[in-house]
Amino acid sequence: MTHIAKPIAQHPALQKNDIGLTRRDYEGAMTTLCAGCGHDSITAAIIQAFWELSIPPYRVAKLSGIGCSSKTPAYFLREAHGFNGVHGRMPALVAGANAANRELIYIGISGDGDSLSIGLGQLCHAIRRNVTVLYVLENNGVYGLTKGQFSASADPGSLSKKGEENTMEAIDGCLLALTLGATFVARGFSGDKSQLVPILKAGLTHRGFAFVDIISPCVTFNDHEGSTKSYAYTREKNVEVVQADFVPPAASITTEYDAGSVRSVMLHDGSWVRLRKIAEDYDPSDPDRAYGYIRERQKAGEVVTGLLYLSPDSTDMHEHSNTINGPLIQVPYEELCPGSQELEKLQKRFR
Amino acid sequence: MDRINDFAFKIATANGTGSASANGLIMQAIFRSGVPVTGKNVFPSNIQGLPTWYEIRVNKNGYTARTPRFDLVVAMNPATYEHDIAEVQSGGWLVYDSTWPLDPRLRRPDVTYLGIPLAEMCNAEFDGVRERILMKNIAYAGALAALLNMDTVIIRALLDEKFSRKPALMASNQKAVALGYDFAKAKFDCPLPIRLEPLDKTKDCILIDGNTAAALGCLYAGATVGAWYPITPATSLMEAFKGFCQKYRREPVTDRNRFAILQAEDELAAIGMVIGASWAGARAFTPTAGPGISLMNEFIGLAYYAEVPAVIFDVQRTGPSTGMPTRTQQGDLMLCAYASHGDTRHICLYPCDPHEAFEFAVASFDLAERFQTPVFVLSDLDIGMNDWMIPKLTWDDAYRPDRGKVLTGEQLDEVKMFHRYLDVDGDGIPYRTLPGVHPKGAYFTRGSGHNRYGMYTEDSDEYVDVIDRIDRKIQRAARAVPAPLMRTTPGVKLGLVTVGGCHAACIEALDLLSREGIALDYMRVRGFPFGDEVSKFLESHDINFVVEQNRDGQLRSLLVLETGVAVEKLESVRYYGGFPMSALHVMAGVKARLERAA
Repeated sequence: MTHIAKPIAQHPALQKNDIGLTRRDYEGAMTTLCAGCGHDSITAAIIQAFWELSIPPYRVAKLSGIGCSSKTPAYFLREAHGFNGVHGRMPALVAGANAANRELIYIGISGDGDSLSIGLGQLCHAIRRNVTVLYVLENNGVYGLTKGQFSASADPGSLSKKGEENTMEAIDGCLLALTLGATFVARGFSGDKSQLVPILKAGLTHRGFAFVDIISPCVTFNDHEGSTKSYAYTREKNVEVVQADFVPPAASITTEYDAGSVRSVMLHDGSWVRLRKIAEDYDPSDPDRAYGYIRERQKAGEVVTGLLYLSPDSTDMHEHSNTINGPLIQVPYEELCPGSQELEKLQKRFR
Repeated sequence: MDRINDFAFKIATANGTGSASANGLIMQAIFRSGVPVTGKNVFPSNIQGLPTWYEIRVNKNGYTARTPRFDLVVAMNPATYEHDIAEVQSGGWLVYDSTWPLDPRLRRPDVTYLGIPLAEMCNAEFDGVRERILMKNIAYAGALAALLNMDTVIIRALLDEKFSRKPALMASNQKAVALGYDFAKAKFDCPLPIRLEPLDKTKDCILIDGNTAAALGCLYAGATVGAWYPITPATSLMEAFKGFCQKYRREPVTDRNRFAILQAEDELAAIGMVIGASWAGARAFTPTAGPGISLMNEFIGLAYYAEVPAVIFDVQRTGPSTGMPTRTQQGDLMLCAYASHGDTRHICLYPCDPHEAFEFAVASFDLAERFQTPVFVLSDLDIGMNDWMIPKLTWDDAYRPDRGKVLTGEQLDEVKMFHRYLDVDGDGIPYRTLPGVHPKGAYFTRGSGHNRYGMYTEDSDEYVDVIDRIDRKIQRAARAVPAPLMRTTPGVKLGLVTVGGCHAACIEALDLLSREGIALDYMRVRGFPFGDEVSKFLESHDINFVVEQNRDGQLRSLLVLETGVAVEKLESVRYYGGFPMSALHVMAGVKARLERAA
């Protein structure tokens, strides 16, 4: 079972957001993942992010591929349409849906098998296409549903639960995204909600492909000594570079702004994301330096987390295609069909 | 004996030398003189250098099928001289470039050789390598005009239209036509016994290829999202769609596009985009060929089981594998009918020419949305890429898209609970909702086991309930797909059965066989699943000749599987070498079986 109805418990004291909804209104069915799964923490962060942004749940489309991670859209936003597609091909579904209706808010949930093995090509091209979607890669370095095989993000030298050693190089989603010209690249840790929620919020308001790699330890197959994606390893090796602090456009940003330690980047909808520069020399607007920094810390065995790169002048798929501002599905048929007279006329070139 | 308005000729050139415009000019000039004409472009999978042929058939009776018998060959490519000369019918003519002497071994006593120093004349008259090569083609067109009695006024008018904004090119073209024409007039006994006389049989017709016609169908059906990966022979469908959209789908004032064309990284992504767009409420399609369908299989099963509309054009080419990408075949009939793993069955439409390609393109969107399922339109390279003479396309302005059972926000306000896969109306078709419309409309689309309420299930009864309903739904579509075209005469015990582009060859063969005293009824299936009338036709004939273009008799297999008609009643007539079917193939197949019986 991947879907158990969850009783909706509302309490009058529950805090409401700007559109009068509580966090409960952003929940979904009961999870069927293993107790303690990192993915469930990510689900909680997603719920928090949508709630804080006061997005009406039914205006969201949540899509996923196949795998443990891809089950999770059932566990949040019950009033949103969900689409659990085929393995590794969620980016194509998102691109098509977004082409048809650009006004919805899209979130795509994927895993490391889904994104970095079977669907690597689709991920790459969705980045190039710069489809507007918050793309969440729930990364545990292991195939859970088929019981513990290494995924493409497993680090060389890491050991499987059965004691086998992974000898191949890992694919780092963030480095890949930077190489391909991604316009939003972040990494989080499922166990650090305070960092994750602002990153997700920033991603949801980004115009273009917002890539968020989230280290999410697998409690069953990859949370043991020898794994580089375990809770213990990640907590110990986590290097936070930039903390994204998201401020909705309605609120003033000036009082929050603290020159010298905060970098503000305006997003497409006029809202600002504030990047707290933890590392002295970190520059989130320079993809090359972001790349270098991740590599450098990686060599030291450290996982860099935070909003690693954000392009403020991102042009998305619709701008590339020069499509109308509104959803294509709302153009009346009468505007789409040239009619009989025009058909008669245009056939002159076929004579 | 004079053969007026009834002959075939062939032009042999090398790919990339610009012969297409000369060949198009010849086709159009014949067409405009009111004489039925068809052209078949036999081209290599190559950009420059390999041999290419253009076959033109002129027929006053309107037979448009390919004929392999050529009365005249224009041999412009020394690399294929031997082959081209061998193809001339006995008593026919060979036009060649006599700038260089012809190898005496290539002389045939039963063929008349018409040497024209095309290169020499063009080198003298034109400057630059490019123009000299291009004008050599126009010059052979001019020579053919004299030899075949083509109307020079029409040719001049065509060049005027084509080059009205390029006076220099116009002058060169006119000069090249005159070079060839005047030379032929002066040196040969023009016109030849095979020649044209004006008729009035084309005035309500157009010359169009099936991919362009299908693209027009997509435009008129209101498709807004097209996703594709370039592949021969389907590429020109999307390029034509793009061209039409750029003209007819610009938003006034903003000049922005009321369409999105996504060039995907592969066919897997292309069909995924189509499914995503259809799920979100757009009319979306993808054009592809057999290799693309192979890649799309997993997604096709998802769309079938999750009940998402999708329109897929399969412009079939010669398989298996890469096969012969620039040759035609009907090799994907089985693949499309049951594409993807598990139990599936898909609606398929089989146009026979560009006219039906247009009509079925429109119908495919209605069917896909009404039945919430993938729909295949199976044309082929011959229909898709060659110019066909067809009656002008017409449009009924009263047409409105059949969007199927999609609940609006107002309707969702009214309903107590929405269940995605519940058969409310008892017709096997559930209601669907689009994302973003209403909180009550939300459901989880999935390719994993689900019950009638749209919930995940591993319960066998719940699983069977849904998968059986989908089967009933698709079976119902048999009554909604285009009905088979039939010609029957009481008492006739032989039937000719075919599909798609074999139609032209079958129609011609029926006439020819009837002249020999062999009477056959005719049925061309146009949609899948087959309706009851298909099995009735097969049952009511002692022998049904099943004509198709693939090795394994795929249509025959489908008929056996789907109708339960005894295998012995179906006699296979096949040609699958990559050229379009000709009446000769059909006749040979029928006669061989009848002789065996006699």
